[in-house]
Amino acid sequence: MRDFEYEAPTTLSTAIELLAQQDGSAKPLAGGTDLIDHVRTGRLEPDLLIDVKKINELNVLELNGDGLRLGAAVPCYKIYGTPEISQQYAALTDSCRIIGGIQIQSRASVGGNLCNSGPAADSIPSLIVLGGVCVIAGPNGTREVAAEDFCTAPGKNVLEAGELLVEIKFPARAANSGSHYRRFIPRNEMDIAVVSVGASVELDENQQNFGSARIALGAVAATPLFAQAASDALAGQPVNAESIANAAAAAKEIATPITDMRGTAEYRTHLIGVLIERVINAAVSQARGEAICYKPGH
Amino acid sequence: MATAEKPQYKVIGTRPVRHDGVDKVTGRAQYGADTQLTGMLFGATLRSPHAHANIKSIDTSRAEALAGVRAVLTNADLPEQGDRIVELGEGAVNMRHLNANVLAKEKVLYKGHAIAAVAADTIHIAEEACQLIEVDFEVLEPVLDVVKAMADDAPVLNDDIRTESLGSHPASDDASKNTNVAKHFVFEKGDIVKGFEEADIVVEREFDTATVHQGYIEPHASTAHWNADGKITVWTCTQGTFSVRHQTAELCGVPISDVKVIPTEIGGGFGGKISVYLPPVAAGLSKKTGQPVKLVMDRAAVFEATGPTPGSHMKVKIGATKDGKITSGEAWIAFEAGAYTGSPIAPGCMCVFSCYDVPNAKVDGFDVCVNKPRTNAYRAPGSTQVCFATETIVDEICKELDIEPAEFRLNNAAQEGVRRVDGPVYGKVGMIETVQAIRDSDHYQTPLTGKFQGRGIATGFWFNCGLKSAATATVNPDGTVSLVEGSTDIGGSRAGLAMQLAECLGITAEEVKPAVVDTDSVGYTDVTGGSRVTFATGIAAINAGKDIQQQMCDRAAMIWDCDETDVRYEDGCIIGSGDNRFTFKELAAKINATGGPIAGRGTASEEAQAGAFGTHCADVEVDADTGKVQILRYTVAQDVGTAIHPSYVEGQLQGGAVQGIGWALNEEYWYGEEGSMRNASFLDYRIPTIYDVPMIETILVEVPDPGHPYGVRGVGEVPICPPPAAIANAIYDAVGVRMRDLPMAPHKVCAEILKK
Repeated sequence: MRDFEYEAPTTLSTAIELLAQQDGSAKPLAGGTDLIDHVRTGRLEPDLLIDVKKINELNVLELNGDGLRLGAAVPCYKIYGTPEISQQYAALTDSCRIIGGIQIQSRASVGGNLCNSGPAADSIPSLIVLGGVCVIAGPNGTREVAAEDFCTAPGKNVLEAGELLVEIKFPARAANSGSHYRRFIPRNEMDIAVVSVGASVELDENQQNFGSARIALGAVAATPLFAQAASDALAGQPVNAESIANAAAAAKEIATPITDMRGTAEYRTHLIGVLIERVINAAVSQARGEAICYKPGH
Repeated sequence: MATAEKPQYKVIGTRPVRHDGVDKVTGRAQYGADTQLTGMLFGATLRSPHAHANIKSIDTSRAEALAGVRAVLTNADLPEQGDRIVELGEGAVNMRHLNANVLAKEKVLYKGHAIAAVAADTIHIAEEACQLIEVDFEVLEPVLDVVKAMADDAPVLNDDIRTESLGSHPASDDASKNTNVAKHFVFEKGDIVKGFEEADIVVEREFDTATVHQGYIEPHASTAHWNADGKITVWTCTQGTFSVRHQTAELCGVPISDVKVIPTEIGGGFGGKISVYLPPVAAGLSKKTGQPVKLVMDRAAVFEATGPTPGSHMKVKIGATKDGKITSGEAWIAFEAGAYTGSPIAPGCMCVFSCYDVPNAKVDGFDVCVNKPRTNAYRAPGSTQVCFATETIVDEICKELDIEPAEFRLNNAAQEGVRRVDGPVYGKVGMIETVQAIRDSDHYQTPLTGKFQGRGIATGFWFNCGLKSAATATVNPDGTVSLVEGSTDIGGSRAGLAMQLAECLGITAEEVKPAVVDTDSVGYTDVTGGSRVTFATGIAAINAGKDIQQQMCDRAAMIWDCDETDVRYEDGCIIGSGDNRFTFKELAAKINATGGPIAGRGTASEEAQAGAFGTHCADVEVDADTGKVQILRYTVAQDVGTAIHPSYVEGQLQGGAVQGIGWALNEEYWYGEEGSMRNASFLDYRIPTIYDVPMIETILVEVPDPGHPYGVRGVGEVPICPPPAAIANAIYDAVGVRMRDLPMAPHKVCAEILKK
């Protein structure tokens, strides 16, 4: 491990300044659960770590009639520890509950998970289906990017040198809506998704038809994917196996999975169908106020 | 459950708190990486990025020039070994190979192969210096698969390997050709042609198993100091201090008496902490610097560069009559030795038909080098692989013949008087009792009701070994006894040994204080392996206890001024004629005033144990959409001889079963084309977590081994053998697919289900 400097600014502007000065050799440190490991193993060799946990803007966790604001440094346990968030943004808390173990969840942030931009990152499909918008601050001011447009390649994203993710904003949830996220892993815990699926559905007032839906896939392409056609395929359709199968077929079309130690490309494509069925059904149950019983990792 | 009237023991069979328990639960116990010495330097190792390459040159000058670097070591600094075979604890070792495995010589043979090591003031400087060492490689094509490595046109790893034929007459192999096939074993019994002719059903199948690691949580760590007087001290976590002493002395070119090995606590070994990797390197760096040097592996190095168990390819054929009697067996077994020869192919060949009375059998076994780390012992080495093959075929035969699998096993069981294919005839063994225990268990008697649920059983065997141990025990004036022994404690052996000594002396387990000491402080003791410690070191401890008994009786005779033959030792008391009687404690208080200390000594040199059998029952539920297998219920019944400390016996059965479940479902070395392991971390090398296994139920079947005073039978290894087969059989019962390729990962099970 190479020596590095450490700063813990208390204002957003100082953090941006430090980031910009370092010209890409500085790394923001939130929970550090990935970053510290990467630095120790030499995969990253930053000159400066900027601890962002002392900046107010990155610690916002606010739920009101306008929606949810989630500061980029808020650790997972705080998110799933808020019952109203678990109720309204279930997919997000489904993700937060399976990122690492308890110790990791007490440090790791959703913002960090997003900025690491792993294809199998457990929070990103949920951010996408819940309509998350990433608020980015930089030397030239603030800009917003939709969650599905944030990642550009494995480990790469839209952040320019000197830019920092400040928060993720979510719109308020509609009536009769539900969401769910799950991943398939060979073990039951402590694993990386072979395939993951997030879905958010809004049902009509009889709760018999899909009003609209958003589906996202993880671990089947270079970045987490928003499955536009699959989502559209559900809109206006009755809640039944055929509608869901059509959506699954459309989702498989956009996947470009690889074969690696976690599964073959063929198997991953197969799992997209299995998981979409399970996830949509769970999201529908949530929308209808029914209990969801599921085994994590299945 | 006891199968025979059991002697009335006072200590044996109870569950005292272990003597090392408080230190371990409070974090005070000192493990390998905890060693801290004044003036200690930190070492780091440069490892090969290639699976197979010639080393054309190594330039260490830039590393040596870095501030804070104190020494750099390469193979050129180690003494030449020549072509020598040395007996080193668990088997004979080719010293030329061991030397090149510690630090590569002309070639690197696997990714992660150590090439050079640096000692520096801090670990960070040492790691940075490693990056400054320039190695000029000529990259060669790797071979990673045992069958491909046996092909005539395969890249050959070692220029000194010719096939050694053992057991075939005339030799079936070309002894002049340089090859990857280091050994070819043949075992034969009866007439297999006739045997298969007598069969009504013959099932022949091929099987593959993956390279799997012991997965001990504590990485290898060693600290060494080469003193100015030429004496070397090594602090390390090992299964065998005397083996480390011998290996280090041989590799450093010094007499064994110049090496002292001090054992730290050990966080798991399972066979993988016998061979040395770090001690000679730390010693070499210390020789150059005059300061102690500590080397600690990271997790990736543990996976890539220590000794996993071989991947295998096997073809097994079994014939049986329609009423379920085995007539013949044939097996062709190839094990991946890794970079250098030495896979457990011999025990694999001996175990393949070991659970049954097979009248006619032939076994061919091959030890084959591939570009993977040199394999090493792993809990019942070689037996789990072959158990998977045999027990799956047995299940298939049972299903074909519609014979209940427990009954089939009882009909054909190995028992006293049955001769194994490799020659030995069984003594008193308890296979039948373990099958009966499963058959009669609540688990087996409770029907499964759910969809895609299934049940399978399998039986496994392991020899267990005896070997040599030494112990001394001294009587303290307060009536306690200090037990000094040399078996490093990987499974609660301090408690098990103290209890045997306590039983012998008629005192409590708490009144014995066991200590595992360094190589200068106790007599020669073989490795903690082969399920031998509770058995053989137990005999040494009992012999030390008997020696104390004798000396206590002699002392009492002196005090009472009577003939020694009039004094006897009984139930913790020394009893003479009339009212003459001392409790152990009373006499202990007098010994220093009546002739001085009493120290008992005991040794053991045991040829063998009778062998252990276990039968397992697994219930699974298969997710038919994903192929993922969930274990619902799992029971181990095992012949444990006499359970000294039942909690630790149960722990061994549970731990072995969980490791076997890991082999069954998810564990494997996953290699990229170019020969690098892609999953060298506990995230991607998936040992089972607490979420993946149910509480393992245990049934202790006690068939005492007559070779031990209390009937001890080694228990540690056999429980790893049956799980893959039991689970494969359960998967078949659940969804009707036969899995013959380990691990039975979800994608493979799913592919088989989709084929149907």
